[in-house]
Amino acid sequence: MIEGILAGLSTAFSIQNLLMVVAGCLIGTFIGMLPGLGPMSIIAIMIPVAIQLGDPAAALILLAGVYYGAIFGGSTSSILINAPGVAGTVATAFDGYPMARQGQAGKALTVAAIGSFSGGTIGAILLMGFAPGLATVALLFHSAEYFALMVVGLAAIAAFAGSGQVAKALMMTVLGVMLATVGESALFNAPRFTFGVYDLQSGISFITLAMALFALPEALYLVLNPKRSERGGDGSSKIANLRITRDEAREIAPVIGRQSLQGFFIGVMPGAGATIASFLGYAVERNIAKGEDRAKFGKGSIKGLAAPETANNAACTGSFVPLLTLGIPGSGTTAILLGALIALNVAPGPRLMVDNPTIFWAVIISMYIGNVVLLILNLPLIPYIAKLLEIPRNYLIPFILFFTMMGSYIGQNNATELLLLTGMGFVATIMRMAGYPLAPMLIGFILGPLLEDNFARAMNLTDGIGFMWERPMTLALLVFAVVLIFLPSIRAGFARLKGDEAAQGD
Amino acid sequence: MTLERAIALVFILICLVYGYTAFVVMEASILPFERNLAFLPNVLPKWLSVIGVVVGLAVLIQSRGATEGEADPDGIDTGNLRQYNLGQTVLLLVLMVAYALLLRPVGFLTTTTLFIAGGAVILGERRYTLLVPVAVLAAFLIWYLVQEVLGIFLRPWPWFV
Repeated sequence: MIEGILAGLSTAFSIQNLLMVVAGCLIGTFIGMLPGLGPMSIIAIMIPVAIQLGDPAAALILLAGVYYGAIFGGSTSSILINAPGVAGTVATAFDGYPMARQGQAGKALTVAAIGSFSGGTIGAILLMGFAPGLATVALLFHSAEYFALMVVGLAAIAAFAGSGQVAKALMMTVLGVMLATVGESALFNAPRFTFGVYDLQSGISFITLAMALFALPEALYLVLNPKRSERGGDGSSKIANLRITRDEAREIAPVIGRQSLQGFFIGVMPGAGATIASFLGYAVERNIAKGEDRAKFGKGSIKGLAAPETANNAACTGSFVPLLTLGIPGSGTTAILLGALIALNVAPGPRLMVDNPTIFWAVIISMYIGNVVLLILNLPLIPYIAKLLEIPRNYLIPFILFFTMMGSYIGQNNATELLLLTGMGFVATIMRMAGYPLAPMLIGFILGPLLEDNFARAMNLTDGIGFMWERPMTLALLVFAVVLIFLPSIRAGFARLKGDEAAQGD
Repeated sequence: MTLERAIALVFILICLVYGYTAFVVMEASILPFERNLAFLPNVLPKWLSVIGVVVGLAVLIQSRGATEGEADPDGIDTGNLRQYNLGQTVLLLVLMVAYALLLRPVGFLTTTTLFIAGGAVILGERRYTLLVPVAVLAAFLIWYLVQEVLGIFLRPWPWFV
């Protein structure tokens, strides 16, 4: 392990990779501020660039830098104009925007930067401690267990979607897996479900799908509802007074400590990710706070800003644990990273630490560097960063649409992708209007081929589906998946039953 | 019928077509010697279509009791779409399709300039003296970055040049 860390250190500190971290953080921060481009779309745009690099370690370091940068950039636009560029920073806007309106925009951005830095750094330390252990356990897994694990992952994504959303999230997951079966695959000799359309033979590119599911609907929402990009109240453009006082630092320190831990562990769970971590972090801190402090939440509380900011960065780091050790992406963003890794001929999973220790450790060490770079970049740049938000909407939206299309065109050099993108983007917008969560679909799409590969291998080994109950670990995992799916409705049922009893008792 | 349930219904229909393909069409194309294999191309699709129909029905049943308008708190009220800029949205989508169809034959520089300028005009931009230079400059800069710096080929000029 020490050798691995040393190899990783030397890789991460090479000039090229240091440049990658800086470039990634810069690009991520600037694009992440644009409403409509979240980390998922930015990473998707950057994938062709990363693949051109050819070196998987450099590519992953670049993309990870973009990821942190984007999360921080998203909080900038949340705080300044109440337009979260990323779902994970919606909770940041709850207290960040009121602070900005009270003329404390500079302070709010500083708190956000410090929260992000602490969350990210503590997360990276935890990642170093947990990932190797998890990877050892994961080596015991065979294809049957992998298949079951994928099922658990997909079920967990649906189960964490929130009450009343489980069935919808599950539906989106199934749709994603179904889309993944279109075209040729490594397993069989003939293309499937192309319905005679020649251009579908190579399947649907995941970048196109990612753009269609996230960037395009957000851009169309901005067109549909101009209020989303409107600049509110006065004082938001003034960014003076960056300092925080000693008292304020003392106030947010325990919040940052708690939320780094909580955020990390939420990030580790498949399906949760930064968005849920930030909302939960905000809710928990609000419940812990007492009296006056609690009343300030939502009206510009410094604690209410630090909590989601710390939690979402810690969760970003946490979501690398299942990606690097099990090969299961915990969120849409890590799903895109997984796709990029596979394109670079690296198979994330328990073997990654054994086969490619340099990549594994270089990525983790680059996380520390990335966090420092973010802090150094952002504090002095805050006033300039805000200028980007002044691009008029009439120019911003065509550029977002254009970059979306470039993202999917450059990867494939196929104009049909653009038609697919527009069509799927239109459908995705309608689904979003109806309240369907879109991230499970992308995760299903990415996990689909892996699921089928392991399913096929397990079936071939045991000559049938007997492996599902013959192997205890597989059976346990599958039962767990079923429990995960039905748990929310069972709990709701119990709550209703209790409510009925209470009503009868009255 | 709410949009939510309409989508669930369409999804079930898709699952039925998908299932028909898996159970009937693909089954027929399996060669005799393949029949004894444990895993065939249509094994997973069969499972998926069945699960899909069940989940789709669950969404249909569940959404019956749900109240309308709570779908996306920060989003679009689907009950009253007329208050939004539907025209602009449709025009932008048409513009995207046009871009997709023209990109290859007309070349990257011309189509991109037209796309960015056209998009801005659709959104209400009328300062043409600013608009045209911005669009031309952006198109050229991006082309230069992608083709010359990153080395990804983008045909810059129309087919006859």
